[in-house]
Amino acid sequence: MNSQNIMFVILATFIVLSSLATVLTKSIIRAATYLLFVLLGTAGLYFLMGYTFLGAVQIMVYAGGIIVLYVFSILLTSGSQEKLSKNSIVKVLGSAALSLVGFAVFLFMLFKQNLFARVAALGAPTEPAGAGTQNSIHEIGNALLSSANGGYLLPFEAVSVLLLACIVAGLLIARKY
Amino acid sequence: MIQIEYILIISAIMMFAGIYGFLTRRSTLAILLSIELMLNSADINFAVFNRMLFPTGSEGYVFALFTIAIAAAESAVAIAIMINLYRLYKKISVGELNKMKW
Amino acid sequence: MEYTLFILLLPFLSFLFLGICGKWLSHKVAGWVGTLSLGAVAVLSYITAFTYFTADRVDGVFPTITAFNTTWLPLGDLHFDMGILLDPISVMMLIVISTVSLMVHIYSFGYMHGERGFQRYYAFLSLFTMSMLGLVVATNIFQMYLFWELVGVSSYLLIGFYYTTPAAIAASKKAFIVTRFADMFFLIGILIYGYYCKSFGFEFNEAGFAEGAFMLPTALVLMFIGGAGKSAMFPLHIWLPDAMEGPTPVSALIHAATMVVAGVYQIARLFPLWIQYAPDSLSIVVWVGAFTAFYAAAVACAQSDIKRVLAFSTISQIAFMMVALGVCLPGHESVIDAHGSLGYMASMFHLFTHAMFKACLFLGAGCIIHAVHSNEMSAMGGLRKYMPITHVTFLISCLAIAGIPFFSGFSSKDEIITACFEYSPVVGWWMTAVAAMTAFYMFRLYYGIFWGTENKELHAHHTPHEAPLSMTLPLIVLCIITVGVGIYTTLGGFLGWGGSFGSFVTANGEDYTIHFNTQIAITSTVIALISIALATYIYKGEKQPVADRLYNAFPRLHRWAYKRFYMDEVYQFITHRIIFAHISKPIAWFDRHVVDGFFDFLAWGTNALGFQIRGLQSGSVQRYAYVFFIGVLLLILTILIF
Repeated sequence: MNSQNIMFVILATFIVLSSLATVLTKSIIRAATYLLFVLLGTAGLYFLMGYTFLGAVQIMVYAGGIIVLYVFSILLTSGSQEKLSKNSIVKVLGSAALSLVGFAVFLFMLFKQNLFARVAALGAPTEPAGAGTQNSIHEIGNALLSSANGGYLLPFEAVSVLLLACIVAGLLIARKY
Repeated sequence: MIQIEYILIISAIMMFAGIYGFLTRRSTLAILLSIELMLNSADINFAVFNRMLFPTGSEGYVFALFTIAIAAAESAVAIAIMINLYRLYKKISVGELNKMKW
Repeated sequence: MEYTLFILLLPFLSFLFLGICGKWLSHKVAGWVGTLSLGAVAVLSYITAFTYFTADRVDGVFPTITAFNTTWLPLGDLHFDMGILLDPISVMMLIVISTVSLMVHIYSFGYMHGERGFQRYYAFLSLFTMSMLGLVVATNIFQMYLFWELVGVSSYLLIGFYYTTPAAIAASKKAFIVTRFADMFFLIGILIYGYYCKSFGFEFNEAGFAEGAFMLPTALVLMFIGGAGKSAMFPLHIWLPDAMEGPTPVSALIHAATMVVAGVYQIARLFPLWIQYAPDSLSIVVWVGAFTAFYAAAVACAQSDIKRVLAFSTISQIAFMMVALGVCLPGHESVIDAHGSLGYMASMFHLFTHAMFKACLFLGAGCIIHAVHSNEMSAMGGLRKYMPITHVTFLISCLAIAGIPFFSGFSSKDEIITACFEYSPVVGWWMTAVAAMTAFYMFRLYYGIFWGTENKELHAHHTPHEAPLSMTLPLIVLCIITVGVGIYTTLGGFLGWGGSFGSFVTANGEDYTIHFNTQIAITSTVIALISIALATYIYKGEKQPVADRLYNAFPRLHRWAYKRFYMDEVYQFITHRIIFAHISKPIAWFDRHVVDGFFDFLAWGTNALGFQIRGLQSGSVQRYAYVFFIGVLLLILTILIF
């Protein structure tokens, strides 16, 4: 039981509990906070896998950007007073049943099919994440802006156009008439 | 040792929690939070598959990055719509936003 | 002779022009457009006739010229053609139609003066003229049928010209339905003919005919039923008296001179087929014609509406033509020599003369109606003082129809009766009797209008006056034709001159000089004179004691004749009580409840289903998502299982 496993158990518990709390809590502002915890836990998971840049982006964009946006909009619209409950028991039970059945199907597939039998377990955090992997910032930057084989210039540009469009759309939709 | 199944189970729990939230929440903002949850679980899967199945590649890694960007964009637009709806109707409860049915 | 195409095109263009632009034209311009185009048609027809009849004969026979022909619809072996066929009868018909139509166009200037829909009236007249001309020059039976129906439509439109009066609407519907009913048989006949004989043409097609000849009598009799409907033969005559609801010039043109003889023309056109393949069936034509002639004459004796009298007289005269066609000696093609086709020639001749004097009578009746504003004989009487021109022309036409020598009707009717005597003495005497009745009722009409008691009460209120020149001129022209033809043929017939009608129109196209059978001529003249004298004795005086006594002696007979022997009531009974009540109603019920019900059920079912499932489109995003996730799960499970 090395420190990586301990860390993984802690993160896993944290993520699972926070996820459930996100959808079960009564206050919307609390739900947003639990989501923040989930995202932070996910970032921790990335760090654990050795994807430090991805974890950093996760924290910066999600935790720093999106959650703040959500909190602001929650405060702007409904405020913290609005409760999230008042669902019919049938709806709650139906949704829970659907989710649980889906989860059961997932587990069934995962273990019955035994897809990942030959996949090696995650090694120690100290070991590098495979030789020649592009997980240094330098290499990622090169890969994103490269048009050579293995480059991602086209999706990168597509996403940048998408972001631009979203900026314009957000401004257009949310402006005062 | 961390098996790939463990991480997949975590992401699956996150996914189905998101589905449950999507189906039960009334506030549209809370529904958006559930969607973020689902997107995040997909991100984890991208990353973990890349890390554990194709350690030499970088596709999952890069696409996780893109997914984060798209999620951010999507939330921005969605929140803009919510704010506008709120301005028009003074409520953002999903049960009452049914002007577009039929 | 390509210019004959213009004979059809001009009235059609005039119809299109008047029909489309008539709204913006003044009455005068519209009338002139119609009349001038018709005038051009008349001139072209005369030129055609002159060229045709003065051209050289081939083997002593007038050639059959196809001036224009185009295949319209090829259908395997068969093909529908459109074209212009010139032979003696079609050229003769061109003259009749264009002359009468031109006269009616001129006459209508006065008669329809200031009427609403004057332009529409002229448009319809043009349409009718075009269709009728197309009918007579048809190169094949199918084209004939096409124009036949067009003629029916224009007749329908013109009878219903005063579409604000319910009587006119009813009459137009009646005419259309009755003739359509008959045309159905015509169409069936055409189809049988085309199917078995592999041809729509009038010419002999030996190869096809040899195997199909056994069906020809059926086909021809079916076609005859169509012709009987158009020509108002008993029992399909009921539409013609009612058709008098239309404007009087229309009655003159369509329901006296041209359209109603289409049936006769049809039989004449198919005559070679009749005589070759169905000589025995011709007796049907004879007996239908003979009975109709008598029936119509009997009814005409009791009618009080002058147009009705003329209508029944028309039916009777057309029946004469039918009989004349039927009595051509039964036999084979070889029998169509000049003498055997006496009936054929007489029929066509009577068609020609009848068109002229009956048009004149109708136009004269129009003048009278124009003057006294009534159709009833009771409103007339003593009009000879007021309307001298109408009086004289009417008298001449009456003499012509009565069959007095030196008037055209004499020559043609005498030929018919001669032909009848050759066929069978029974038919001969029968037709002679009908001819006597004709003379009687025509002079009853004449005396009732121009002599007798003047309706002072009505005339004081509104003095009758002679019609304007535009109306009297056609009368005079038609009378000149009647008298001119009459004098020439009467003298020619007794003295044996050539060059009269028989020189041009005979069954086989050979020259045939008319010779009167002196015995028959004298007999029929004497009988006609006796009838006229009888009518004079009964109806001429101010008081009519004999007529009243006869009326009191046979009130029931008079009543039956007046009511046209209740034929309309019989039809009413058959159609309403039997067909409508016992056949149409169940069918209608079936249609409404079963056929409609099925489709209503489909519509209702779709509608109800839509109502049921539109709840799914609730606009609730979460419900959509719920369904979506269930769907995804099911897909996954399906893939897992299989």
